[in-house]
Amino acid sequence: MRALCWTGAGRVAVRQVPDPELRNGHDAIVRVRLSATCGGDLPLLAGRAPYLADGDVLGHEFLGEVVAVGPQVHRHRVGDRVVVSSTVACGSCWQCRSGAPWCCDNGNLVPEASELAYGQAVPGAFGRPTAAGGFAGGHAEYVRVPYADVGAFGIPDEVSDERALFAADAAPAGWLAAELGGVHPGAVVAVWGAGAVGQLTARAASLLGADRVIIMDPREDRLRMARRHTDAETVDPRHPDIPAELRERTGGRGPDICVEAVGPAWDGRPRSLAERLTGAAERPPAVHEAMHSCRKGGTVVVLGEFTGQVDAFPLGAVGAKGLRVRGARQHGAGQVPTLLERMARDELRTEHLATHRLPLEEGARGYALFRDRRDGCVRALFSPDLPPAG
Amino acid sequence: MRHRTRRAGTAAGMLARLAGARRRFHPADPRPDAPPAGGWEVVTVNRPPNEVLPGGRRPEPLRRLGHAVQVDVWPAPAGRGTELAARIRPGAALPGLAAHVAGDDPDRVVRTALRQAKQLAETGEVLNADRSPIDRGLAG
Repeated sequence: MRALCWTGAGRVAVRQVPDPELRNGHDAIVRVRLSATCGGDLPLLAGRAPYLADGDVLGHEFLGEVVAVGPQVHRHRVGDRVVVSSTVACGSCWQCRSGAPWCCDNGNLVPEASELAYGQAVPGAFGRPTAAGGFAGGHAEYVRVPYADVGAFGIPDEVSDERALFAADAAPAGWLAAELGGVHPGAVVAVWGAGAVGQLTARAASLLGADRVIIMDPREDRLRMARRHTDAETVDPRHPDIPAELRERTGGRGPDICVEAVGPAWDGRPRSLAERLTGAAERPPAVHEAMHSCRKGGTVVVLGEFTGQVDAFPLGAVGAKGLRVRGARQHGAGQVPTLLERMARDELRTEHLATHRLPLEEGARGYALFRDRRDGCVRALFSPDLPPAG
Repeated sequence: MRHRTRRAGTAAGMLARLAGARRRFHPADPRPDAPPAGGWEVVTVNRPPNEVLPGGRRPEPLRRLGHAVQVDVWPAPAGRGTELAARIRPGAALPGLAAHVAGDDPDRVVRTALRQAKQLAETGEVLNADRSPIDRGLAG
Protein backbone atom coordinates (compact mmCIF):
# COMPACT_ATOMS: atom_id res chain seq x y z
CA MET A 1 0.00 0.00 0.00
CA ARG A 2 0.98 3.69 -0.23
CA ALA A 3 1.86 5.53 2.96
CA LEU A 4 3.28 8.92 3.83
CA CYS A 5 6.50 8.14 5.66
CA TRP A 6 8.95 10.27 7.58
CA THR A 7 12.23 10.10 5.68
CA GLY A 8 14.45 12.42 7.71
CA ALA A 9 14.37 15.81 9.42
CA GLY A 10 11.83 17.99 7.62
CA ARG A 11 11.09 15.39 4.95
CA VAL A 12 8.19 13.08 4.15
CA ALA A 13 7.52 10.96 1.09
CA VAL A 14 5.02 8.41 -0.13
CA ARG A 15 6.44 4.92 -0.13
CA GLN A 16 5.16 1.47 -0.80
CA VAL A 17 4.92 -0.40 2.53
CA PRO A 18 3.35 -3.75 3.44
CA ASP A 19 -0.40 -3.74 4.03
CA PRO A 20 -1.22 -3.97 7.73
CA GLU A 21 -2.47 -7.30 9.04
CA LEU A 22 -4.61 -8.35 11.97
CA ARG A 23 -2.20 -9.11 14.81
CA ASN A 24 -4.62 -9.41 17.72
CA GLY A 25 -8.19 -10.55 18.21
CA HIS A 26 -9.19 -6.99 19.09
CA ASP A 27 -7.74 -5.51 15.89
CA ALA A 28 -9.54 -4.01 12.94
CA ILE A 29 -8.12 -2.87 9.63
CA VAL A 30 -9.46 0.43 8.35
CA ARG A 31 -9.24 1.66 4.78
CA VAL A 32 -8.48 5.35 5.17
CA ARG A 33 -10.69 7.92 3.47
CA LEU A 34 -9.27 11.05 5.08
CA SER A 35 -6.47 11.97 7.44
CA ALA A 36 -5.28 15.30 8.79
CA THR A 37 -2.13 17.12 9.79
CA CYS A 38 -1.84 18.17 13.42
CA GLY A 39 0.48 20.47 15.33
CA GLY A 40 1.69 17.46 17.28
CA ASP A 41 3.21 16.14 14.06
CA LEU A 42 5.50 19.13 13.55
CA PRO A 43 8.17 18.27 16.13
CA LEU A 44 8.21 14.77 14.65
CA LEU A 45 8.46 16.06 11.13
CA ALA A 46 11.34 18.31 12.15
CA GLY A 47 13.20 15.38 13.65
CA ARG A 48 12.99 16.81 17.16
CA ALA A 49 11.51 13.68 18.70
CA PRO A 50 13.74 10.82 19.72
CA TYR A 51 13.00 7.33 18.40
CA LEU A 52 11.36 8.38 15.12
CA ALA A 53 12.84 6.25 12.37
CA ASP A 54 13.09 6.48 8.62
CA GLY A 55 9.93 4.87 7.27
CA ASP A 56 7.63 5.51 10.24
CA VAL A 57 4.16 6.41 8.94
CA LEU A 58 2.81 9.73 10.25
CA GLY A 59 -0.74 10.83 10.98
CA HIS A 60 -2.86 10.31 14.07
CA GLU A 61 -6.15 11.80 12.89
CA PHE A 62 -7.98 9.65 10.38
CA LEU A 63 -11.25 8.02 9.46
CA GLY A 64 -12.26 5.38 7.01
CA GLU A 65 -14.08 2.16 6.39
CA VAL A 66 -13.60 -1.11 8.27
CA VAL A 67 -12.33 -3.80 5.91
CA ALA A 68 -11.37 -6.54 8.39
CA VAL A 69 -11.99 -7.32 12.06
CA GLY A 70 -10.47 -9.77 14.50
CA PRO A 71 -12.60 -12.33 16.33
CA GLN A 72 -12.75 -10.24 19.51
CA VAL A 73 -14.20 -7.17 17.78
CA HIS A 74 -17.91 -6.95 18.54
CA ARG A 75 -18.92 -3.34 17.94
CA HIS A 76 -17.82 -3.03 14.33
CA ARG A 77 -18.37 -4.89 11.11
CA VAL A 78 -16.79 -4.78 7.69
CA GLY A 79 -18.18 -1.78 5.84
CA ASP A 80 -18.69 0.44 8.91
CA ARG A 81 -17.57 4.05 8.54
CA VAL A 82 -15.51 4.85 11.62
CA VAL A 83 -13.37 7.60 13.06
CA VAL A 84 -10.45 6.38 15.16
CA SER A 85 -9.26 7.94 18.38
CA SER A 86 -5.61 8.98 18.11
CA THR A 87 -4.54 7.39 21.40
CA VAL A 88 -4.47 3.60 21.69
CA ALA A 89 -6.25 2.49 24.87
CA CYS A 90 -7.32 -0.99 25.96
CA GLY A 91 -10.52 -0.05 27.78
CA SER A 92 -9.84 -2.68 30.47
CA CYS A 93 -7.08 -1.46 32.78
CA TRP A 94 -7.86 0.55 35.89
CA GLN A 95 -6.91 3.82 34.21
CA CYS A 96 -9.27 3.21 31.29
CA ARG A 97 -12.07 2.03 33.58
CA SER A 98 -11.54 5.11 35.74
CA GLY A 99 -12.15 7.41 32.80
CA ALA A 100 -8.55 8.21 31.95
CA PRO A 101 -7.80 6.29 28.73
CA TRP A 102 -5.01 8.76 27.96
CA CYS A 103 -3.20 7.04 30.84
CA CYS A 104 -3.86 3.48 29.59
CA ASP A 105 -1.42 0.88 30.89
CA ASN A 106 -1.65 -1.49 27.93
CA GLY A 107 -1.68 0.59 24.75
CA ASN A 108 2.07 0.85 24.30
CA LEU A 109 4.28 -1.72 22.59
CA VAL A 110 7.56 -0.34 23.94
CA PRO A 111 6.81 1.03 27.40
CA GLU A 112 10.49 1.35 28.30
CA ALA A 113 10.87 4.44 26.10
CA SER A 114 8.36 6.59 27.96
CA GLU A 115 9.37 5.10 31.30
CA LEU A 116 12.81 6.47 30.63
CA ALA A 117 11.51 9.88 29.59
CA TYR A 118 8.61 10.35 31.98
CA GLY A 119 8.91 7.70 34.69
CA GLN A 120 5.78 5.86 33.55
CA ALA A 121 4.68 4.10 30.39
CA VAL A 122 2.26 6.30 28.46
CA PRO A 123 -0.13 4.90 25.88
CA GLY A 124 0.89 4.59 22.30
CA ALA A 125 -0.70 6.57 19.52
CA PHE A 126 -1.02 6.33 15.79
CA GLY A 127 1.62 8.10 13.77
CA ARG A 128 4.08 8.09 16.62
CA PRO A 129 7.53 6.46 16.62
CA THR A 130 7.21 2.70 16.54
CA ALA A 131 10.43 2.44 18.53
CA ALA A 132 8.66 4.29 21.35
CA GLY A 133 5.59 2.08 21.25
CA GLY A 134 3.60 3.99 18.67
CA PHE A 135 1.62 2.54 15.78
CA ALA A 136 1.76 3.13 12.06
CA GLY A 137 -0.22 6.27 11.28
CA GLY A 138 -3.21 7.24 9.23
CA HIS A 139 -1.55 8.93 6.28
CA ALA A 140 -1.83 5.66 4.42
CA GLU A 141 -4.29 3.56 2.48
CA TYR A 142 -4.86 1.18 5.41
CA VAL A 143 -4.29 1.24 9.16
CA ARG A 144 -4.30 -1.48 11.79
CA VAL A 145 -6.44 -0.36 14.74
CA PRO A 146 -5.73 -2.25 18.00
CA TYR A 147 -8.55 -2.49 20.57
CA ALA A 148 -10.97 -1.46 17.83
CA ASP A 149 -14.03 -1.75 20.05
CA VAL A 150 -12.50 0.90 22.32
CA GLY A 151 -10.85 3.27 19.87
CA ALA A 152 -12.99 3.21 16.71
CA PHE A 153 -16.39 4.88 16.58
CA GLY A 154 -19.21 4.51 14.09
CA ILE A 155 -20.07 7.78 12.37
CA PRO A 156 -23.72 8.86 12.09
CA ASP A 157 -24.89 9.02 8.48
CA GLU A 158 -25.64 12.73 8.68
CA VAL A 159 -22.04 13.64 9.66
CA SER A 160 -19.68 14.27 6.74
CA ASP A 161 -16.16 12.91 6.59
CA GLU A 162 -14.76 16.44 6.81
CA ARG A 163 -16.64 16.98 10.05
CA ALA A 164 -16.18 13.57 11.67
CA LEU A 165 -12.44 13.58 11.03
CA PHE A 166 -12.02 16.16 13.78
CA ALA A 167 -13.53 13.75 16.30
CA ALA A 168 -10.31 11.72 16.07
CA ASP A 169 -8.27 14.16 18.12
CA ALA A 170 -8.77 17.91 17.78
CA ALA A 171 -12.35 18.06 19.05
CA PRO A 172 -11.89 15.67 22.00
CA ALA A 173 -8.68 17.48 22.94
CA GLY A 174 -10.59 20.76 23.04
CA TRP A 175 -13.41 19.26 25.03
CA LEU A 176 -11.07 17.64 27.46
CA ALA A 177 -9.33 20.98 27.99
CA ALA A 178 -12.64 22.60 28.83
CA GLU A 179 -13.54 19.76 31.18
CA LEU A 180 -10.15 19.61 32.90
CA GLY A 181 -10.22 23.37 33.26
CA GLY A 182 -13.55 23.10 35.01
CA VAL A 183 -15.38 25.43 32.64
CA HIS A 184 -18.69 26.37 34.19
CA PRO A 185 -21.40 28.95 33.57
CA GLY A 186 -19.92 32.35 34.16
CA ALA A 187 -16.32 31.32 33.66
CA VAL A 188 -13.88 33.43 31.67
CA VAL A 189 -11.69 31.30 29.44
CA ALA A 190 -8.59 32.36 27.52
CA VAL A 191 -7.20 30.17 24.75
CA TRP A 192 -3.75 30.54 23.23
CA GLY A 193 -3.78 29.34 19.63
CA ALA A 194 -6.58 29.68 17.07
CA GLY A 195 -5.78 26.51 15.16
CA ALA A 196 -8.25 23.65 15.06
CA VAL A 197 -7.68 22.59 18.68
CA GLY A 198 -7.82 26.16 19.96
CA GLN A 199 -11.03 26.93 18.09
CA LEU A 200 -12.64 23.69 19.21
CA THR A 201 -11.59 24.43 22.80
CA ALA A 202 -13.27 27.81 22.50
CA ARG A 203 -16.40 26.21 21.12
CA ALA A 204 -16.44 23.63 23.90
CA ALA A 205 -16.07 26.37 26.51
CA SER A 206 -19.02 28.24 25.02
CA LEU A 207 -21.20 25.15 24.94
CA LEU A 208 -20.31 24.41 28.55
CA GLY A 209 -21.57 27.83 29.56
CA ALA A 210 -18.50 30.06 29.73
CA ASP A 211 -19.42 33.72 30.05
CA ARG A 212 -16.55 34.93 27.89
CA VAL A 213 -14.03 33.14 25.72
CA ILE A 214 -10.98 35.05 24.51
CA ILE A 215 -8.73 33.56 21.88
CA MET A 216 -5.25 34.67 20.82
CA ASP A 217 -3.08 33.91 17.84
CA PRO A 218 -0.41 35.76 15.90
CA ARG A 219 -2.34 35.15 12.66
CA GLU A 220 -5.14 37.58 11.89
CA ASP A 221 -6.71 35.19 9.36
CA ARG A 222 -7.11 32.55 12.07
CA LEU A 223 -8.62 35.08 14.43
CA ARG A 224 -11.12 36.09 11.75
CA MET A 225 -12.04 32.45 11.38
CA ALA A 226 -12.42 32.08 15.15
CA ARG A 227 -14.70 35.11 15.34
CA ARG A 228 -16.82 33.76 12.51
CA HIS A 229 -17.16 30.19 13.75
CA THR A 230 -17.00 30.42 17.54
CA ASP A 231 -18.43 32.81 20.10
CA ALA A 232 -14.95 33.90 21.11
CA GLU A 233 -13.55 37.40 21.32
CA THR A 234 -10.06 37.85 19.95
CA VAL A 235 -7.02 39.85 20.94
CA ASP A 236 -5.19 41.89 18.35
CA PRO A 237 -2.11 39.84 17.50
CA ARG A 238 -0.02 43.02 17.45
CA HIS A 239 -0.87 43.77 21.05
CA PRO A 240 2.41 44.27 22.89
CA ASP A 241 1.22 43.02 26.29
CA ILE A 242 -1.26 40.15 26.17
CA PRO A 243 -1.43 39.59 29.96
CA ALA A 244 -2.22 43.28 30.49
CA GLU A 245 -4.96 43.11 27.87
CA LEU A 246 -6.44 40.05 29.55
CA ARG A 247 -6.36 41.75 32.96
CA GLU A 248 -8.18 44.71 31.49
CA ARG A 249 -10.86 42.49 29.96
CA THR A 250 -11.39 40.52 33.17
CA GLY A 251 -11.75 43.25 35.74
CA GLY A 252 -8.14 42.87 36.82
CA ARG A 253 -8.67 39.26 37.90
CA GLY A 254 -7.27 37.38 34.95
CA PRO A 255 -9.06 34.53 33.16
CA ASP A 256 -10.37 31.69 35.33
CA ILE A 257 -9.11 29.08 32.89
CA CYS A 258 -6.17 29.48 30.53
CA VAL A 259 -5.67 26.89 27.80
CA GLU A 260 -2.43 26.57 25.90
CA ALA A 261 -3.23 25.12 22.46
CA VAL A 262 -0.12 26.20 20.60
CA GLY A 263 2.48 23.52 21.19
CA PRO A 264 6.20 23.96 20.96
CA ALA A 265 7.47 27.06 19.24
CA TRP A 266 9.35 25.79 16.27
CA ASP A 267 11.45 27.87 13.94
CA GLY A 268 11.60 25.27 11.20
CA ARG A 269 15.16 24.36 12.06
CA PRO A 270 15.84 20.64 12.44
CA ARG A 271 17.12 19.69 15.84
CA SER A 272 20.88 19.40 15.83
CA LEU A 273 22.67 16.28 16.97
CA ALA A 274 24.03 18.22 19.96
CA GLU A 275 20.52 19.29 20.98
CA ARG A 276 19.26 15.74 20.66
CA LEU A 277 22.10 14.32 22.70
CA THR A 278 22.03 16.96 25.43
CA GLY A 279 18.25 17.22 25.63
CA ALA A 280 18.42 20.98 25.00
CA ALA A 281 14.99 22.24 25.80
CA GLU A 282 12.24 24.08 24.04
CA ARG A 283 10.87 27.38 25.30
CA PRO A 284 7.09 27.54 25.42
CA PRO A 285 6.08 31.22 25.28
CA ALA A 286 2.35 30.48 25.28
CA VAL A 287 2.67 28.43 28.48
CA HIS A 288 4.52 31.36 30.04
CA GLU A 289 1.80 33.80 29.11
CA ALA A 290 -0.94 31.47 30.28
CA MET A 291 0.72 31.01 33.68
CA HIS A 292 1.32 34.74 33.96
CA SER A 293 -2.19 35.73 32.92
CA CYS A 294 -4.27 33.21 34.84
CA ARG A 295 -6.15 34.51 37.86
CA LYS A 296 -5.01 33.46 41.30
CA GLY A 297 -6.46 30.05 42.08
CA GLY A 298 -7.27 29.49 38.42
CA THR A 299 -6.44 26.58 36.12
CA VAL A 300 -3.91 26.33 33.33
CA VAL A 301 -4.40 23.50 30.84
CA VAL A 302 -1.47 22.55 28.61
CA LEU A 303 -2.57 20.82 25.41
CA GLY A 304 0.54 21.37 23.29
CA GLU A 305 2.50 18.24 22.48
CA PHE A 306 5.91 18.98 23.88
CA THR A 307 8.42 16.29 23.17
CA GLY A 308 10.33 16.43 26.43
CA GLN A 309 11.69 19.21 28.61
CA VAL A 310 11.07 22.93 28.41
CA ASP A 311 13.25 25.65 29.85
CA ALA A 312 12.35 28.46 32.22
CA PHE A 313 8.99 27.10 33.31
CA PRO A 314 7.49 29.65 35.74
CA LEU A 315 7.16 27.16 38.55
CA GLY A 316 6.95 29.87 41.20
CA ALA A 317 3.56 30.92 39.85
CA VAL A 318 2.08 27.53 40.72
CA GLY A 319 2.60 28.07 44.43
CA ALA A 320 2.46 31.85 44.61
CA LYS A 321 -0.80 32.09 42.65
CA GLY A 322 -2.25 28.77 43.78
CA LEU A 323 -2.64 27.60 40.23
CA ARG A 324 -3.86 24.24 39.14
CA VAL A 325 -1.95 22.93 36.12
CA ARG A 326 -3.50 20.17 34.06
CA GLY A 327 -2.48 18.39 30.92
CA ALA A 328 -3.79 15.51 28.88
CA ARG A 329 -4.09 14.18 25.39
CA GLN A 330 -7.74 13.33 24.85
CA HIS A 331 -10.51 11.07 26.01
CA GLY A 332 -11.66 9.10 23.01
CA ALA A 333 -14.00 6.60 24.58
CA GLY A 334 -15.56 9.15 26.88
CA GLN A 335 -16.00 11.98 24.43
CA VAL A 336 -16.05 10.88 20.81
CA PRO A 337 -19.59 9.42 20.83
CA THR A 338 -20.94 12.58 22.45
CA LEU A 339 -19.01 14.78 20.04
CA LEU A 340 -20.34 12.86 17.05
CA GLU A 341 -23.86 13.39 18.40
CA ARG A 342 -23.18 17.10 18.72
CA MET A 343 -21.82 17.10 15.18
CA ALA A 344 -24.96 15.34 13.97
CA ARG A 345 -27.08 18.01 15.71
CA ASP A 346 -25.00 20.73 14.02
CA GLU A 347 -23.81 22.07 17.36
CA LEU A 348 -20.24 21.37 16.42
CA ARG A 349 -19.07 22.26 12.92
CA THR A 350 -15.53 21.71 11.77
CA GLU A 351 -15.60 21.86 7.97
CA HIS A 352 -14.12 25.36 7.95
CA LEU A 353 -10.98 23.99 9.63
CA ALA A 354 -10.33 21.63 6.72
CA THR A 355 -8.79 24.31 4.56
CA HIS A 356 -6.80 22.10 2.19
CA ARG A 357 -7.50 18.66 0.74
CA LEU A 358 -4.64 16.94 -1.04
CA PRO A 359 -3.61 13.53 -2.34
CA LEU A 360 -1.15 11.59 -0.19
CA GLU A 361 1.52 12.26 -2.78
CA GLU A 362 1.36 15.96 -1.87
CA GLY A 363 2.05 15.23 1.78
CA ALA A 364 5.22 17.29 1.83
CA ARG A 365 3.39 20.30 0.41
CA GLY A 366 0.51 19.82 2.81
CA TYR A 367 2.81 19.75 5.82
CA ALA A 368 4.71 22.78 4.55
CA LEU A 369 1.47 24.75 4.14
CA PHE A 370 0.35 23.69 7.59
CA ARG A 371 3.69 24.32 9.27
CA ASP A 372 4.16 27.77 7.73
CA ARG A 373 0.45 28.75 8.02
CA ARG A 374 0.59 29.69 4.33
CA ASP A 375 -2.44 30.15 2.12
CA GLY A 376 -4.71 30.33 5.19
CA CYS A 377 -3.94 26.73 6.06
CA VAL A 378 -5.46 25.54 9.34
CA ARG A 379 -5.48 21.83 8.57
CA ALA A 380 -4.29 19.98 5.50
CA LEU A 381 -6.30 16.83 4.82
CA PHE A 382 -4.95 13.91 2.84
CA SER A 383 -7.05 11.50 0.86
CA PRO A 384 -5.46 8.32 -0.52
CA ASP A 385 -8.27 8.22 -3.07
CA LEU A 386 -7.38 11.55 -4.65
CA PRO A 387 -5.20 11.06 -7.72
CA PRO A 388 -1.80 12.77 -7.66
CA ALA A 389 -1.77 16.08 -9.51
CA GLY A 390 -0.29 16.16 -12.99
CA MET B 1 8.66 -0.75 45.55
CA ARG B 2 11.94 -2.39 44.72
CA HIS B 3 13.45 -1.74 48.11
CA ARG B 4 10.64 -2.95 50.27
CA THR B 5 10.94 -6.26 52.01
CA ARG B 6 8.50 -8.97 51.05
CA ARG B 7 7.86 -12.56 51.98
CA ALA B 8 7.38 -14.94 49.12
CA GLY B 9 5.48 -18.21 49.17
CA THR B 10 3.56 -20.63 47.02
CA ALA B 11 0.90 -19.21 44.79
CA ALA B 12 -1.85 -21.17 46.60
CA GLY B 13 -0.55 -19.93 49.89
CA MET B 14 -0.61 -16.41 48.59
CA LEU B 15 -4.26 -16.65 47.62
CA ALA B 16 -5.07 -18.10 51.04
CA ARG B 17 -3.46 -15.11 52.73
CA LEU B 18 -5.29 -12.55 50.65
CA ALA B 19 -8.62 -12.61 52.48
CA GLY B 20 -8.89 -9.67 54.82
CA ALA B 21 -5.39 -8.45 54.14
CA ARG B 22 -4.89 -4.79 53.38
CA ARG B 23 -1.23 -4.28 52.65
CA ARG B 24 1.62 -6.54 51.76
CA PHE B 25 4.66 -4.32 51.93
CA HIS B 26 6.53 -3.50 55.08
CA PRO B 27 9.52 -1.26 55.60
CA ALA B 28 11.25 -4.05 57.47
CA ASP B 29 10.36 -7.70 57.75
CA PRO B 30 11.40 -9.17 61.10
CA ARG B 31 11.07 -12.80 60.03
CA PRO B 32 14.34 -14.63 59.91
CA ASP B 33 13.40 -16.48 56.70
CA ALA B 34 12.56 -13.30 54.79
CA PRO B 35 14.53 -12.93 51.55
CA PRO B 36 16.79 -9.93 51.07
CA ALA B 37 14.95 -6.72 50.31
CA GLY B 38 14.67 -5.26 46.87
CA GLY B 39 14.58 -6.45 43.32
CA TRP B 40 10.81 -6.76 43.01
CA GLU B 41 9.03 -5.67 39.89
CA VAL B 42 5.34 -4.92 40.41
CA VAL B 43 2.31 -4.24 38.25
CA THR B 44 -1.27 -3.55 39.27
CA VAL B 45 -3.74 -5.78 37.48
CA ASN B 46 -7.34 -4.62 37.27
CA ARG B 47 -8.71 -8.04 38.15
CA PRO B 48 -9.38 -9.81 41.47
CA PRO B 49 -6.60 -12.02 42.84
CA ASN B 50 -8.38 -15.26 41.91
CA GLU B 51 -8.28 -14.19 38.27
CA VAL B 52 -4.67 -13.08 38.44
CA LEU B 53 -3.64 -16.43 39.94
CA PRO B 54 -6.36 -18.76 38.59
CA GLY B 55 -6.54 -21.85 40.76
CA GLY B 56 -3.52 -20.61 42.65
CA ARG B 57 -1.34 -21.11 39.59
CA ARG B 58 1.05 -18.51 38.26
CA PRO B 59 -0.19 -16.77 35.14
CA GLU B 60 1.52 -17.05 31.80
CA PRO B 61 4.14 -16.04 30.88
CA LEU B 62 5.47 -15.89 34.46
CA ARG B 63 4.89 -19.65 34.73
CA ARG B 64 7.49 -20.25 32.04
CA LEU B 65 10.15 -18.61 34.16
CA GLY B 66 9.89 -21.49 36.62
CA HIS B 67 11.22 -21.46 40.15
CA ALA B 68 13.93 -18.98 39.29
CA VAL B 69 11.29 -16.33 39.90
CA GLN B 70 9.40 -15.59 43.10
CA VAL B 71 5.83 -14.37 42.65
CA ASP B 72 3.61 -12.61 45.12
CA VAL B 73 0.21 -10.97 44.98
CA TRP B 74 -1.76 -8.67 47.19
CA PRO B 75 -4.98 -6.68 46.83
CA ALA B 76 -4.40 -3.20 45.47
CA PRO B 77 -5.90 -0.34 47.46
CA ALA B 78 -9.13 1.40 46.57
CA GLY B 79 -10.49 -1.36 44.38
CA ARG B 80 -7.72 -1.16 41.82
CA GLY B 81 -7.42 -4.92 41.53
CA THR B 82 -4.34 -6.92 42.46
CA GLU B 83 -0.71 -6.03 42.86
CA LEU B 84 1.31 -8.74 41.13
CA ALA B 85 4.99 -8.84 42.01
CA ALA B 86 7.88 -10.94 40.80
CA ARG B 87 11.63 -11.07 41.14
CA ILE B 88 14.46 -13.40 40.37
CA ARG B 89 15.42 -15.45 43.40
CA PRO B 90 18.83 -14.46 44.70
CA GLY B 91 21.41 -16.64 42.99
CA ALA B 92 18.90 -18.25 40.62
CA ALA B 93 19.25 -18.35 36.84
CA LEU B 94 16.42 -17.99 34.36
CA PRO B 95 15.63 -21.15 32.42
CA GLY B 96 16.13 -21.90 28.74
CA LEU B 97 15.31 -19.24 26.21
CA ALA B 98 14.56 -16.68 28.90
CA ALA B 99 18.19 -16.82 30.01
CA HIS B 100 19.29 -16.17 26.45
CA VAL B 101 16.86 -13.25 26.02
CA ALA B 102 17.72 -11.76 29.41
CA GLY B 103 21.36 -11.19 28.61
CA ASP B 104 22.77 -8.89 31.24
CA ASP B 105 19.35 -7.53 32.27
CA PRO B 106 17.30 -10.40 33.71
CA ASP B 107 15.00 -7.92 35.47
CA ARG B 108 13.80 -6.82 32.06
CA VAL B 109 12.54 -10.33 31.37
CA VAL B 110 10.61 -10.22 34.63
CA ARG B 111 9.16 -6.78 33.84
CA THR B 112 8.08 -7.94 30.40
CA ALA B 113 6.52 -11.10 31.80
CA LEU B 114 4.60 -9.08 34.39
CA ARG B 115 3.30 -6.66 31.78
CA GLN B 116 2.20 -9.50 29.56
CA ALA B 117 0.52 -11.30 32.46
CA LYS B 118 -1.31 -8.04 33.23
CA GLN B 119 -2.40 -7.63 29.59
CA LEU B 120 -3.60 -11.21 29.42
CA ALA B 121 -5.65 -10.84 32.59
CA GLU B 122 -7.10 -7.47 31.60
CA THR B 123 -7.63 -7.74 27.84
CA GLY B 124 -7.36 -11.45 27.11
CA GLU B 125 -4.31 -11.16 24.90
CA VAL B 126 -0.84 -9.69 24.63
CA LEU B 127 -0.66 -6.69 22.32
CA ASN B 128 1.46 -7.63 19.31
CA ALA B 129 3.66 -5.37 17.25
CA ASP B 130 3.34 -5.35 13.50
CA ARG B 131 5.51 -7.98 11.88
CA SER B 132 8.50 -6.77 9.98
CA PRO B 133 8.64 -7.27 6.21
CA ILE B 134 11.36 -9.88 6.82
CA ASP B 135 9.11 -11.85 9.20
CA ARG B 136 6.34 -11.66 6.63
CA GLY B 137 8.58 -12.84 3.84
CA LEU B 138 8.12 -9.54 2.00
CA ALA B 139 11.64 -8.19 2.22
CA GLY B 140 13.85 -7.78 -0.64
